[in-house]
Amino acid sequence: MIYREAGDFKTSYGADNQTFPIKGDRFAYYLVLAFAFLVMPFIINDYWANAIVVPFLIYAIAALGLNILLGYCGQLSLGTGAFMACGAYACYKLMVAFPGLNIVFVIVLAGLVTAGVGVLFGLPSLRIKGFYLAVATLAAQFFLIWLFTRTPWFYNYSPTGMISAPTRTVLGYPVTGPQASAVSIYLLCLVFVVALAWLARNMTRGTLGRKWMAIRDMDIAAEIIGVNPLMAKLSAFAVSSFFVGIAGALFFAAYLGAAEAGEAFGIDKSFLVLFMVIVGGLGSVLGSFLGAAFLIVGPVLLKLLLVNQLGWSSDLAAHLEIMIIGAMIIIFLIMEPHGLAALWRTIKEKLRLWPFPH
Amino acid sequence: MPDTLLFAMEAALNGLTAGVMYALVALGFVLIFKASGIFNFAQGVMALFAALTLVGLQSGQVPFSHLINAIFGTRIHHFGWTMPTLVAIIGTVLVMVAFAWLVERFIFRHLVNQEPIILFMATIGLAYFLEGLGDIMWGAEVKRLDVGIPQGMSGPIDDLTFAWFGYGFYMDTLELWAALIAGVLVISLVLFSQYTKQGRALRAVADDHQAALSVGISLRFIWVLVWSLAGIVALVAGMMWGAKSGVQFSLSLIALKALPVLILGGFTSIPGAIVGGLIIGVGEKLFDFFMQPIVGGATENWFAYMLALAFLLFRPQGLFGEKIIERV
Repeated sequence: MIYREAGDFKTSYGADNQTFPIKGDRFAYYLVLAFAFLVMPFIINDYWANAIVVPFLIYAIAALGLNILLGYCGQLSLGTGAFMACGAYACYKLMVAFPGLNIVFVIVLAGLVTAGVGVLFGLPSLRIKGFYLAVATLAAQFFLIWLFTRTPWFYNYSPTGMISAPTRTVLGYPVTGPQASAVSIYLLCLVFVVALAWLARNMTRGTLGRKWMAIRDMDIAAEIIGVNPLMAKLSAFAVSSFFVGIAGALFFAAYLGAAEAGEAFGIDKSFLVLFMVIVGGLGSVLGSFLGAAFLIVGPVLLKLLLVNQLGWSSDLAAHLEIMIIGAMIIIFLIMEPHGLAALWRTIKEKLRLWPFPH
Repeated sequence: MPDTLLFAMEAALNGLTAGVMYALVALGFVLIFKASGIFNFAQGVMALFAALTLVGLQSGQVPFSHLINAIFGTRIHHFGWTMPTLVAIIGTVLVMVAFAWLVERFIFRHLVNQEPIILFMATIGLAYFLEGLGDIMWGAEVKRLDVGIPQGMSGPIDDLTFAWFGYGFYMDTLELWAALIAGVLVISLVLFSQYTKQGRALRAVADDHQAALSVGISLRFIWVLVWSLAGIVALVAGMMWGAKSGVQFSLSLIALKALPVLILGGFTSIPGAIVGGLIIGVGEKLFDFFMQPIVGGATENWFAYMLALAFLLFRPQGLFGEKIIERV
């Protein structure tokens, strides 16, 4: 009886078109934001930040990026890992080259660099689609990783071949490097997540997003009604890579601190982000968050249960985890192809009518 | 003859035999894609799983022993007997057929009429599942697979080329055998699809699903059949790769190498898979040979993909693929 839209009058087109049309939703959204900004920084500790919260935030950005490309524009990419690496290496080079530049700008610039690379590897999408495009993006995955591990310029000739983030501060608090505290890393990631989610939501419901969706639903028909496929596909690649690049930059600078391309950004990262998008829901901003949460928290819980509670060896638990993830993907594709977001939508529909059946 | 040319020839020959291996994996993809329109990403993991099962049966490992030990606190690992290779191969074939049936029954029956991209993602899920299953069933350590094929440098090739050019080429006997076995496999597949009732049904389904259904061909049976065939091809590929470099996780990565092979050859063409495999094999060896001094090694990781990418821009349907026609 609480979740109702009765009495919630809309008096303008804008009010009717808002992201959370129901008062209860809007309220819940502000509550979550307030909790994330005002309460979380005081209760977060190193374990929570490192194991769950920060990876969740960073992967949510990557999943948003891939969701724009796959869920909204229908172009399958298996190169997410490489684009994350691109963001990470761009971030590293910029951090080292311009020590005075604020880290926030560095990360945004790294995203822009990745957007450029993404457009370059998105060019084949004008000729090919589907599996063929998936293979083309695999080319990006393997080529970029090879480039980053084989060209000493990218890791500034460091003898280990690793890149490691120097200390940078925001408002006097270190957010990268060894002195960074969990709280400042968390807040940095959170600001990026909120800003990018807002951007994604507003892009996908505007002209650009509608063009993407037209291309996704049927590209030839979209072309006939006047959508320029060149612009639509390449802009999807650019925006998607921008998001993924920022995720990669944060993953390297704020979360890992030091990284090596082949290890940190291998093809398994591409698949992980793809799974997040499938499980969360194709073509949904909320779905990207749900998918990322599911695939970050799930393995942690499983490990807690199997290794810490039952005392199994950790490699056995890891194998069981891959198996469960694989089975989950199949089950989701069969039972709920639109993912957790669709599940949430169904629950909301039911809640609005509850306790009446119709 | 100048030395560089000889070395290049040797690299090219070795590339040919490596290409046969790629073609073997690509063949499994083509079979399934032709009959059901499913792009089976799990083909490489199927090869790994088949090889693991073969080794497990051969050495009499207890399946799921790690899991059983972890749950019940027992310490079992082997039955204490070994199986002759041939019996183990037959056992593995049975396992792969059972696997094909399960995949049809529990996955693709429920995904009929879905978009190809959804089916593709389902096979990625299947690949993960199978990878975990293989590890849990047989353990994750690197295993040695010995199916009785001789390994090491091939003497006759060395002697022959030495007599011709004054320089003995190094070629692995195992790879020559693999090429031979791949040839036999392709010929028997062609004979099967040309001269048996099931083979004709298979071709009919590949041609037109609905027409095949209307003349009374059971699609489900054909799907099980084709997944079984792909399983057998995967077993052969897994055996060859496993004998060459041990049965381990990296085996499943060769599946990724088969993707550019498919792009070159076309998704629907068996000869295309073979030719594509050979082109990729020779191409990457020669490229590595000539470019190594300039850009450094390990170009094999990406050369095939970049070649496929360049190729796609000019001929999206591949060398032998059917022309892609689209309508609104």
